[in-house]
Amino acid sequence: MHDGFAIQTQALSKVYGSGNTEVVAMHDATMTVRRGEVVALLGPSGAGKSTFLTAIGLINPPTSGSVKIDGQLVMDGPDSHTNLRTFRRKHIGFVFQKSNLIPFLSAIENVQIAMELNGTATRSARKQAMELLDYLGVADRADGLPTALSGGQQQRVAVARALANKPSIILADEPTAALDSHRGQQVMELFAQVAHEQGAGVVVVTHDHRSLSVFDTIYEMEDGLMRKGEQPKGS
Amino acid sequence: MNLASKDIRHSFGRFALTTVGIGMLLMIVMGMGGIYRGIEGDATLLINSIGTDIWIVQRDTRGPFAEVSRVPTNLVDRASSVPGVATAREFVYHTIQREHAGRPLRMSVLGLSWPTDKGDWLPLVAGRTLKQNHYEMVADKSLGLYLGERCRLGKDTYTVVGITANMISSSGDGIMAVTVDDAQAIQFDTTGEAVRLERAAREARGVRSELVAKQPSMLELADRPANELPALARPQVSAVMVRVAPGADAQAVSDIIAGWGDVSIFSQQSQRDLLIKGTVDRARRQIGLIRVLLTGVAAIVMALILYTLTLDKIHSIALLKLIGAPNTVILGLILQQALFLGVLGYVIAYVLGQKIFPNFPRRVILINSDLIQLAGIVLLISVVSSLLGIWKALRVSPNEAVG
Ligand SMILES: Nc1ncnc2c1ncn2[C@@H]1O[C@H](COP(=O)(O)OP(=O)(O)O)[C@@H](O)[C@H]1O
Ligand SMILES: [Mg+2]
Repeated sequence: MHDGFAIQTQALSKVYGSGNTEVVAMHDATMTVRRGEVVALLGPSGAGKSTFLTAIGLINPPTSGSVKIDGQLVMDGPDSHTNLRTFRRKHIGFVFQKSNLIPFLSAIENVQIAMELNGTATRSARKQAMELLDYLGVADRADGLPTALSGGQQQRVAVARALANKPSIILADEPTAALDSHRGQQVMELFAQVAHEQGAGVVVVTHDHRSLSVFDTIYEMEDGLMRKGEQPKGS
Repeated sequence: MNLASKDIRHSFGRFALTTVGIGMLLMIVMGMGGIYRGIEGDATLLINSIGTDIWIVQRDTRGPFAEVSRVPTNLVDRASSVPGVATAREFVYHTIQREHAGRPLRMSVLGLSWPTDKGDWLPLVAGRTLKQNHYEMVADKSLGLYLGERCRLGKDTYTVVGITANMISSSGDGIMAVTVDDAQAIQFDTTGEAVRLERAAREARGVRSELVAKQPSMLELADRPANELPALARPQVSAVMVRVAPGADAQAVSDIIAGWGDVSIFSQQSQRDLLIKGTVDRARRQIGLIRVLLTGVAAIVMALILYTLTLDKIHSIALLKLIGAPNTVILGLILQQALFLGVLGYVIAYVLGQKIFPNFPRRVILINSDLIQLAGIVLLISVVSSLLGIWKALRVSPNEAVG
């Protein structure tokens, strides 16, 4: 089993703009994700889900509150406690709704580049990237450019890239929005599978209530407020 | 994995077109430099190959390449008698424009002091040098005359016996070489009517002259050809060229001749410098200015291209930052593409230039130091022009990759 916390946030808040245009996008959001746990984050559009996800993804610093990843305090308010870009490379995998891939790199190169940036030698990066594509069932499209892949194949490659450096957390923002429900279901199951097999903490923002059965925990957000929802599986 | 080359391969058509465009711009910059070297080379070819140590020219003039210089023919004999002088010969040089085969023919006439100088030093590409002291000429190929062609100049007809390459005056006219006597015959050619009028006028002048009052028989000579008049010497020459004997002290020879009151002297080098400073310098400044402007244009075009290429990649750059690429990777991506454009553009410029420059009407000479200098400038503008794109790329937030 995988022990320990992948993500711990403490009272995360984000205020965009100031004065008349001030928007409180997120208020005192607190979430804990264990390694190997798959979390769904639900909520209507504009609720602050993306704001939360980018805050714990270390690309959108919160106004206040703290973020711990793998037990390490990385954000304390807007201040970072480490080189965020290096930290992202080593610890965080991202998947978004669409255009996750670098258009001038082939499927395998999109995965390979993430490994090479992390110091893996080209040959072994290529070998491991191929294994990942194989694991995600898109090995036959390894040399295709993103534009030559279907939406579902693109998302699988994006997941492969997110897994490239064996991250402790994977963050996905509406990863199935551009897919039909069957393929959407497949991608969600993929997240559950990698969380359980690789011991990563996974947070998936989704509108798709049909695939909730794959999640261990559900959080809901509305108007910047976060609360823990019902246990979906009853297990 | 090299991101720059992957991106280039992905949008190959655009890169290729851009590189060719940059290459053509650089080719013009390269060509302008070559044109200047060509002008310089043409202007100095005559002076470099004629093989002389000291030029004796009319007092206080800068020599036949700069202005009209006239010295008497007997200066050759005076110079020959100076100790340490190996040879002294006339230099006759003037530009004429005549009709030939129904088109204007502009050429610089060079007189060779037959028989000491048969023109063996001329850069012949066809035919031979002069074999007789009249009615033969060696013409530069830029004059458009062919071997064996007959050309009427003044009262005589000359046969082209040899063709030279790149023998061009500093003003760009092709040079043709004949003997000194022929050169002067061509230069002082006057129509029969002008000669008759001059002889009549001479008689009228003579009647009023005190000299004729004392020696009435002189009037009988007045209607004879000018070169038979005892009072008139042979027509003058432009300059006298002196070769110093091997082992002799060139400075001592110069000092002696410099002491003569009717002439000025120049060394081969200073005559050459004068020529370059005088005629070629303005062309150099003109061409230099155009080169600077063109280089500036190339830099601006490159900067704009690199900037738009960067803008097209903003999302990719944000993604790279998101997955943790350090700035050096992003900087390298843009810089490598800039250098790729610059280096390949330079290569295209060079290769294209090799094909195109030989067809230019005047010589385009690419010399190594100019090529290396331009290569350095191209590298510099590649780096400088990528700064705008780099500045933009470094400001991209990884957050822009989301959504
Ligand atoms: N960069 C921004 N500047 C100003 N307001 C923003 C910005 N990003 C998001 N917001 C606002 O914050 C709120 C939450 O947005 P977001 O986190 O994108 O919600 P969700 O992902 O749940 O749809 C919205 O009201 C949105 O308009
Ligand atoms: Mg959102």
